[in-house]
Amino acid sequence: MVLMKSKELAMPKSPETGPARPLTGAHVAVFGLSHSYRKADGRVLENIDFEINQGEVVALLGRSGCGKSTLLHMLAGLTKPSEGEVVINGNTVLDPSPKWVMMFQAPSLYPWMTVAQNAALGLKFTRRSDEIATRVPEVLDLVDLGSFADRNAQELSGGQQQRVALARSLAPRPEMLLLDEPFSALDAFTRRSLQQDVRRIAKDLGLTLVIVTHDVGEAVRMADRVLVLRSNPGRIAEDTTIALTDDERSGGSEAFSREHSRLMAVYSQVAGIGDAPTENDFTQI
Amino acid sequence: MTDLSQSLTSVRLGLPSLGRSRSVVNAALGIVLLMALWWLGGWAVSSNPRLFAFSNFAPVPTLSRLWQMIQSGEVITMSVPSLERVGLGLLYAVAIGVPVGILIGRVARVNEIANVPFQFLRMISPLSWMPIAVLAFDTWDGAIVFLISMAAIWPILFSTAAGVRRIDPSWLKVARNLGANPFHTLFVVILPAIAVDVLTGIRLALGVAWVVLVPAEYLGVTSGLGYAINDARDTLDYARLAATVVVIGVIGFSLDALAGQLVKKFNWVRQDGH
Ligand SMILES: Nc1ncnc2c1ncn2[C@@H]1O[C@H](COP(=O)(O)OP(=O)(O)O)[C@@H](O)[C@H]1O
Ligand SMILES: [Mg+2]
Repeated sequence: MVLMKSKELAMPKSPETGPARPLTGAHVAVFGLSHSYRKADGRVLENIDFEINQGEVVALLGRSGCGKSTLLHMLAGLTKPSEGEVVINGNTVLDPSPKWVMMFQAPSLYPWMTVAQNAALGLKFTRRSDEIATRVPEVLDLVDLGSFADRNAQELSGGQQQRVALARSLAPRPEMLLLDEPFSALDAFTRRSLQQDVRRIAKDLGLTLVIVTHDVGEAVRMADRVLVLRSNPGRIAEDTTIALTDDERSGGSEAFSREHSRLMAVYSQVAGIGDAPTENDFTQI
Repeated sequence: MTDLSQSLTSVRLGLPSLGRSRSVVNAALGIVLLMALWWLGGWAVSSNPRLFAFSNFAPVPTLSRLWQMIQSGEVITMSVPSLERVGLGLLYAVAIGVPVGILIGRVARVNEIANVPFQFLRMISPLSWMPIAVLAFDTWDGAIVFLISMAAIWPILFSTAAGVRRIDPSWLKVARNLGANPFHTLFVVILPAIAVDVLTGIRLALGVAWVVLVPAEYLGVTSGLGYAINDARDTLDYARLAATVVVIGVIGFSLDALAGQLVKKFNWVRQDGH
């Protein structure tokens, strides 16, 4: 599927290292982050430190309940950490901002609006309504939904709705996308094509991408780097690089299998389970 | 006779395929049944010597009197003040009920505090406020509007609160993330999300308000449908009384149908959606 139709594609691109363009993605630094929802319940996250480079794709891999969503909310400024701080591009994050947009498992579109109206919201909220006429068709083309602009959001399939949510997140030209298991409600084919497209879009735009997942295959397919979390309390147990070219990421190659097995071993050891489930994600292809 | 049975057969044959004409036929049937009952009641009254004085309640005297009242414009002059009072009462009920409903729907604490008092007040018949209303307001009109508001506020308030509680929390999170200020959140997310609930509340409130209106207009005012009923009773003009009852029913029915259309129009849920 060819997704890039806008001017952004015009940037020269080398096959191995991605686009040779000025980096527009956010730089993230997390210092001594701890969080507890209620004091009595103890800490959900404890003493988290890490750094994410501009334009890097990082997966947060961990079992359900280990605090991945909590961590992502704090990166987005939607939840205030109990201790520590998140610093993006040198500034401490205190509030949410359309510069770093979070996406959820449910597309969470506004069902009384059209696809285009949904996609325009970020511009509308930030007083850039004059850009809507040009920018909205651009982002809808980017996610391959150009012809769906005037349809009601409810008339679309789950995968299409998630693409609209992606367009809505991209419209205000963010520096970072924060994805919280965004494809886990989709069927395997749709999930695979969205995984590829989202990575490609992020790379083409130079966006920083953080994706929360409990699926090893998804992490290998999408991420440059994987942070493996341990639970109770949530801590970063491993920080590992996925050294694969974009071609190798589509699966089937020996390199892919090797990275997948390696990460699976790390994850199983950290999570304390014999054999981490992978969901039916075509890892054998 | 063959004509009739033929057309009846064709109607019956048409029923399964034409759902719409079927519902129209059934609605017409309902009206005919109601008229028949009315006619039967009138016939029973006029054939009973002790009730003969009330024979003008029957359809023929009532409807011919109604025709007179329509031609003379009396129907308009008696309805307009009532509609104004109901409209004003509903307006106050919306102005108070919607914001308070949003507040108790959004803030759990406020809901916990307000729940018992509101449920308590809701169960009091609005008409029992009558003596207090008469004391508290300088004009009869003011008292009537107050009574209507007291009746109308609860369905609006509770329906609004229920709608707010059903708002998907991620809609609010997405809006906040995309840079919405509280004004945006209210007008772009919350109000469109609950529009159907508010309108459904208004529709219920309209029904209650219309019911409360007539007894409320028995109060000192000298205009409106309730007054017209009272006046017709005092002057023993039973055809006029019955005609006014018909007017009340027709207007109430029309207002409800109108509100129903509005609810439909603002309902964003697609039955065939995913
Ligand atoms: N709003 C909340 N209030 C209280 N506890 C919460 C809340 N959100 C999450 N938790 C708890 O925090 C822990 C981590 O949750 P979460 O961040 O959602 O994990 P994950 O996304 O990795 O599944 C869980 O034990 C969960 O029950
Ligand atoms: Mg989660």
